[in-house]
Amino acid sequence: MTRGCSDHCTWQRGRTPRPTMRSTLLIVAAVLGWALALAGNAATPAVDRGNNEISIAITQEPQWLTTIRATDTVSFTVLDHITEGLLTRDVNNRLVGGVAERWELSDEKATFWLRRDARWSDGEPVTAHDFVFAWRQVANPENAAEYGFLMRMLPNGEAILAGDMPPEALGVEAIDDHTLVVHLVSPTAYFLDLVSFITFRPVREDFYRAQGGRYAADAENMISNGPFILTEWVHDASMRMEKNPYYWNRDAIPLDAINVPYITRDPNARFNLYLDDKIALADQLQLSAMKMALQQHQKLRSFSDGTVFYLGFNHREGRPTGNRNLRRAIQSVYDVSELTYKVIGVPGNLPAYTLFPAWLTGDEGQSLNVQYPPHKPELSIERGRRYLELAKQELGVEEVPPLSLLLDDTANASSQAEYFQNVMARTLGLEVRLDKQIFKQRLAKMSAGDFDIVAAGWGPDYNDPMTFADLFVSWNLNNRGRYSNPEYDALIREAQQTTDQRRRNAIFSRIQDIIYEQVVVVPQYERGYIYALDKRVAGVRRYHIGGDPNYNYAYIVESPRAPESAD
Amino acid sequence: MGSYIARRLLSGVITIWFIATATFFGMHAVPGDPLLNDKAVTPEIRANLERAYGLDKPVPQQYLIFLGNMLQGDFGISFTQQNRRVNDIIAEHFPVSATLGVLALLFAAGGGIVFGALTALFRGRLPDYLIMLLVIVAVSVPSFVFAGLGQLAILQLNRLVGFSLLPVAGWGSLSHMLVPSLVLGLGTMAYLTRLMRSSMLEVAETDYIRTARAKGLTPQRIFFRHQLRNAILPVVTVLGPAIAAITTGGFVVELVFAIPGLGRYFVQAVQQLDYTVIMGTTVFYGAFLVLMVIAVDIAYGFIDPRIQVNKSLS
Repeated sequence: MTRGCSDHCTWQRGRTPRPTMRSTLLIVAAVLGWALALAGNAATPAVDRGNNEISIAITQEPQWLTTIRATDTVSFTVLDHITEGLLTRDVNNRLVGGVAERWELSDEKATFWLRRDARWSDGEPVTAHDFVFAWRQVANPENAAEYGFLMRMLPNGEAILAGDMPPEALGVEAIDDHTLVVHLVSPTAYFLDLVSFITFRPVREDFYRAQGGRYAADAENMISNGPFILTEWVHDASMRMEKNPYYWNRDAIPLDAINVPYITRDPNARFNLYLDDKIALADQLQLSAMKMALQQHQKLRSFSDGTVFYLGFNHREGRPTGNRNLRRAIQSVYDVSELTYKVIGVPGNLPAYTLFPAWLTGDEGQSLNVQYPPHKPELSIERGRRYLELAKQELGVEEVPPLSLLLDDTANASSQAEYFQNVMARTLGLEVRLDKQIFKQRLAKMSAGDFDIVAAGWGPDYNDPMTFADLFVSWNLNNRGRYSNPEYDALIREAQQTTDQRRRNAIFSRIQDIIYEQVVVVPQYERGYIYALDKRVAGVRRYHIGGDPNYNYAYIVESPRAPESAD
Repeated sequence: MGSYIARRLLSGVITIWFIATATFFGMHAVPGDPLLNDKAVTPEIRANLERAYGLDKPVPQQYLIFLGNMLQGDFGISFTQQNRRVNDIIAEHFPVSATLGVLALLFAAGGGIVFGALTALFRGRLPDYLIMLLVIVAVSVPSFVFAGLGQLAILQLNRLVGFSLLPVAGWGSLSHMLVPSLVLGLGTMAYLTRLMRSSMLEVAETDYIRTARAKGLTPQRIFFRHQLRNAILPVVTVLGPAIAAITTGGFVVELVFAIPGLGRYFVQAVQQLDYTVIMGTTVFYGAFLVLMVIAVDIAYGFIDPRIQVNKSLS
C-alpha cells in the first residue's frame, strides 16, 4: 500500500492527493494497531489479590543500596524491607527485638543476644560478626560514609574515622556467634533506638568480599536478612521484592511480593498511575492533584514527614542578623500560620513554633509539645517596630541594610521566600533580597556563611529530641549560622551524659525556651504530604525517621470498605 | 570519498576534545560543591570523600587524569548513584532514549513532510491555515504541557474503554512508546512542517517545474518526482541536529512518563553537580551529534547527486 502512487492514482478535485492521504492514514492505523496489540499485558495491577502482591512507585533511583553508605530516603525505604537491625519496629511502631532476642543497656555498654533463627536469604545464620564487620566498614575512612559520625559513640570511632587507627580497633566485639557487646564512650539514652537505624544493620563479610567491589551494585550482588529479598532491579526503571523465605518472623509478613514498576519524581505522573489502578499508593501529591482527587471523590490522607523548616540566621560577627533585637523584630511580625495555611496550602503541613516536631515524645509517652508547649509569638507590628528601632541603635545605623535570604531554586521555596519578603517590607520596611541557588550551591554558601537569613530544613536521624536539639551547639558542623551560647552548649553536654529521660526532657524544654528567646532561628513549618492509598490495602506505615513509607506489614484487605466519600 | 570521511572524522575528534575541555572547566567554574549534602560531614570524612572522587588533586591534574581515562573510554563512577559506572549508565539508558528518539523522529519527519506538502498544495486555503495554526500551537506550547495532557488523555481513554488500552507511564512495550514519542516529536514536526512548506513553495516557482508542466507531465508525477524530492533536501539537512536534539531533549517526557532514558541524567547531573555524569553524558552526546552531522552530510550525496562531497568540500 505504501508504494509510490505515481502510476495508479487517480486525481480528483484539482491537486488533492487523496490516495496519499488514505495510505498515510492506513500506515498510522497499522502502527496504532501494532501498538495496541502489545498493550495491556505488561503492566501489573496496583493490587494483585491472586498472587498476594501490590505495586508501588518510588520517587527516584536509590543512590546506593548498602547500609554502610546510604543516606537518601529512597535507599532507606528499600533497605528497610530487605535488611533488619538488632532492634526493629513492630506493627504499632514500637521498638521490639529484630535480630536481637534480648538486650541490656548500661552507661558503659550494650549487650545484645542474637536469636538463633535469624538467617540471611541464602539460609546462613546472621551472627554477631556480621554486625562487627558492618560497623567497622562504616567507620573505615576508605568508605567515606556520611553517617560515619555515628560511630564516634563507640570507643576509638573518632580516631578510626580520622585514619589514625585501624577499623578493627572499633569498640564493638562478638563474644560468640550470638552475643554482641557494644562499648559506649558516654551514656547514650537513645542507643537502643539508634541500633534500629539503617547504618547499624549487619553486612556479611564473605558475601561482601566475594562481590569484588560490586557489593549492592545490582540485585545479584545483594543478600538480605529482612522480610523481603530484592529479586529484580532495572536501574532507574523498576524493582521487585519477594518475601524472604528465611526471614525468622516470616509469618508476620502478609505480602508475597512488592513490585516497583515505576520510578518517577513527577507527582502528577504518580497520581495518574494511581488513578489508572497501576500503583497502590501515590505519594507527595501536589495541590492540582489534590483538587482533581476531591472532584472525583477520592480519599486522600495526610502525613507529617518529621522534617522541620526554619529561617536560620547568620550569627557571625558583622552580620546585622547577629543582633538579637533585629531577629526579635522579625519574629514579632512573621505569621507562620498564614505561611502554612495560605502560602503552602497543602494539608499535612503544620505551622511550627518550635524546632521540636509534634511527633517527638516526652515523659510517659505523651507528646513533648504537649508536656512542654512551645511559645507562640504574639504578633504585633508595633512591637516589631520597637525592636527594630532598638536594633538600629545597637547597630549604629540609620537604616538596616538589605538582608539577603538564601534559598533553593524550587517553586515552593520561592513562593515562601516571596511571602517573607513581602511581610518584611509591609510591616518593618525591611528590604529582603532573595538569593536563589541550586541545592549544592545553597549548601556551599550556607557553609561559607555567605547569607543573612537562610531557608533550611532539618530531618531527624533518630527518635530522640537530641537529633534536633544539638543542632545549634557551637561544635555542630550543621550549625551553619555559627550560633554560640555557653548555656546552650552546657545543657546539651548534660543531656548527652545522662540517661535520665525526665531530666533530659526538661533540658530540651529549656533549649526550646532559648531558641525562642534568643531567636536562634524562626521555625516555619513541619513538612507534610498528602497521599492516596488504595482502599484494598491496609497496614502501610509512615515513618518520620529513615525509610518511608513501609510495606513490611501491609496486607490486602479481604473485602474493601464501601467507597468513602471525600473529606 | 574515503579521505573526505577521514577528514571529517578527524575534525570531529577535535570538536569532541574541545567540548570535553570546555565542559570540564566550565563545570568546575560553576558555583556549588558536589560533595556537600544536607548533613555536614567532619573534615576527615570530607577528605576521604575528596580522595575517593579524585577531587583532592589540583584541577589541571584532574583534567589530565580525566583525559587519560576518557581515551580509555572510562568516565568513572557517578557521584549520586555511587555504585554505578557512568559507562554503564550510558549503556543502559541511551538505548531507551534512542528508541524513543527514533520513533519521535519518524513521527516528526513523516508528519513534517506530509503536513508541509499539504500546506503547500492547499496554499491560502482552509487546510493550510488549519495546519499552520496547529504548527504555531505546537511550537509555542512547551513539551511538559503536552506531556501532561497526553498522560491525562490516556487516563481518560482507559476509563472510557474500561481497561488499560495504553499505559499511563512506564517502559517496556511499543504501547509505552506511542504517546511519549508523539509528544517528543511534536515540536520538531511543527518545525519541519514550516520548513517543508517554504521549501515546497520555493521549488514550485523554479524553471524545471515550469518545464515539467510545459512538457505535459501529470501533476502527480511533477509533485512526487520533481517538487517533493527537491523540496525535501533542506529537511534532510536539519535531520542530523534534530536527531541529537530529540534524543537529548527527552528530559521532560522521560520524567512525566517514567521512562528510564538518558535525558534525565543529562539534566539532573547538572543540577546535582554530578561531575562524572556531566562529563560522560556531554562527551557522549557531543560525539553523537558530531557523528549525526557527518552521517547526514554523507547521506546528502545519495539523495542529491548534484552534491559531490569529495569535490565541493575538499
